[in-house]
Amino acid sequence: MSIDVPTRPTAVEPAGAETTSRWRLPFSPWHLVLIPLTFILLVPLLWMLVTSLETEGEANRFPPVLFPESPRFSNYSEAWASAPFGHFFMNSALVTLVVLASNLIVCSLAGYAFARVRFLGRGALFVTLMATLMVPFQVTMIPVFLIVKWFGDNVWEGLGIDHIGALMLPNLATAFGIFFLRQFFMTVPVELEEAARVDGTSRIGVLFKIILPLSLPALSTLAALTVLTSWNDFLWPLIVITSQDQMTIPLGLSYFQGAHRVKWPLLMAANVMSLLPMLLVFIGAQRYFVQSVASTGLKG
Amino acid sequence: MPALLRRLSRTDTVSGWALVSPAAILIGIFGLLPVLMSLQLSFQQSDLLTDETPWVGFDNYKKLADDPVFLEAIKHTIIYTALFVPGTMLVGLFVAAALNRSVRFISVYRTAAYITMAVSTISQGIIFLWLTDRDYGLVNAALNTVGIPSQGFLASPSQALYVIVAMTIWGWTGFSVIVYLAALQGVPAELHEAAAIDGASAFTRFRTITVPLLGPANLFLIVWLTINALQLFDEVYVTTRGGPLRATTVIVYYLWDRAFVQFDAGYAAAMAYALFVVILVITAVQFRIARRHVHS
Repeated sequence: MSIDVPTRPTAVEPAGAETTSRWRLPFSPWHLVLIPLTFILLVPLLWMLVTSLETEGEANRFPPVLFPESPRFSNYSEAWASAPFGHFFMNSALVTLVVLASNLIVCSLAGYAFARVRFLGRGALFVTLMATLMVPFQVTMIPVFLIVKWFGDNVWEGLGIDHIGALMLPNLATAFGIFFLRQFFMTVPVELEEAARVDGTSRIGVLFKIILPLSLPALSTLAALTVLTSWNDFLWPLIVITSQDQMTIPLGLSYFQGAHRVKWPLLMAANVMSLLPMLLVFIGAQRYFVQSVASTGLKG
Repeated sequence: MPALLRRLSRTDTVSGWALVSPAAILIGIFGLLPVLMSLQLSFQQSDLLTDETPWVGFDNYKKLADDPVFLEAIKHTIIYTALFVPGTMLVGLFVAAALNRSVRFISVYRTAAYITMAVSTISQGIIFLWLTDRDYGLVNAALNTVGIPSQGFLASPSQALYVIVAMTIWGWTGFSVIVYLAALQGVPAELHEAAAIDGASAFTRFRTITVPLLGPANLFLIVWLTINALQLFDEVYVTTRGGPLRATTVIVYYLWDRAFVQFDAGYAAAMAYALFVVILVITAVQFRIARRHVHS
């Protein structure tokens, strides 16, 4: 895993420390670097937490109060009550779940076909779909707005402008998801599915009974990436959503910020609440998030 | 046997298309069609609301070249990108190098470094607004203790863009640390040991062994971070709304403003296409330069 450079104290310790005697710290000297470094990286989050527990009087003091006299947890309930945060959470969860489920299913089907099934037009279709990976969202967002509006007017209102359906519809499948799963499916030994095919199992049966159970790490990685992108998405919701009851968390938070610009403790309490679900998911599934970073580009 | 094969291949075309069709339809409608519509829109005038979209030829593109706000937005975007990309890479490499060792609790330290990845751009913006607040901000308090007077930061036209650079570097630290840490762990320990036996100092070893082997990671980060830097929007929206005095109006912010605030969608589409071409060219150039210098 990590490299063990023959331990020769570098910048941390004066070079003499090693040579003079057996004098040793009871712990690795690297902690003396890592602890301050980690602290600096976390200052913004810690400061958010501290402010969220202060009174308004404490927050509006300079120099700042580093430790509130008594933590004011009521900021949280007050923030929660002053905007429909329940709605925001529900909407975010709903959008993320639908987008996640759809991406896993639709991208699995297509990824499997591109990996294993030889069909007419496969190469051309694959290249065409993958070309969309190079198009930034800003190029397509204006027409996507018009298309979503059309769906709302002509198909079902719930898919149109100012409905959370509009947040799901354009994100139900991604070229990246197809590419990523295809790459993984190609590494699954063909022999496994040939046996099942000879026994008469259908393509779909093979995919769901043999390939997908073997692909759980890849599916989890794609899931992590999809959840993170969907949950934190801002520009698209900003464009299509105007009603409070259809807002997702980032949009709701930004709206709340506009309304409560000066009440920093409340704003920070709302911020902590909005961050908490994603932070917990991230810590719990860190392995897959780390994997998803490597997969976004190192292979593409 | 050949008959069976033929039958299989025929059914394969049917089942192949059946499997890809949901994805193909969705990506066709929301990924490919908009690319063409956007191109068409860039030659039209549209307010997004009415159906009347008269053709205006190249007018939108011509207007772009003389639009002082657009030119200013390009300038801000270039400054931002030129600082953000190397800044994020340096911070990422530094933190990853510090985290690349086997001491106790290393996974806790790593999680702490990665965590910025999970913080949404909006949360991040709100936190930094507060950290850099002119009157009550923690950063100004820290500056005051070392004798530097309070700064305006996001409220100052000459500083706001640089505060956004610093803020987004923080936000991308987790991402770049993950990339560099993976690359550093791929550097074989034997190379370092051999060089150390030959008397190479830690710094020489880092420069001559580690840095060249980081090539692919550097290339990936340069391309990925540049593409994202050119698309900066959320952080600007939440902290400065392009101000003060348009000092942080970057291309995508102006694009959004033209399309969805001023309802001048044709003009915005032209801007989007210009951005698209620029991103494609920059990416191609970066890959070409990299191919000459990176041995992966």
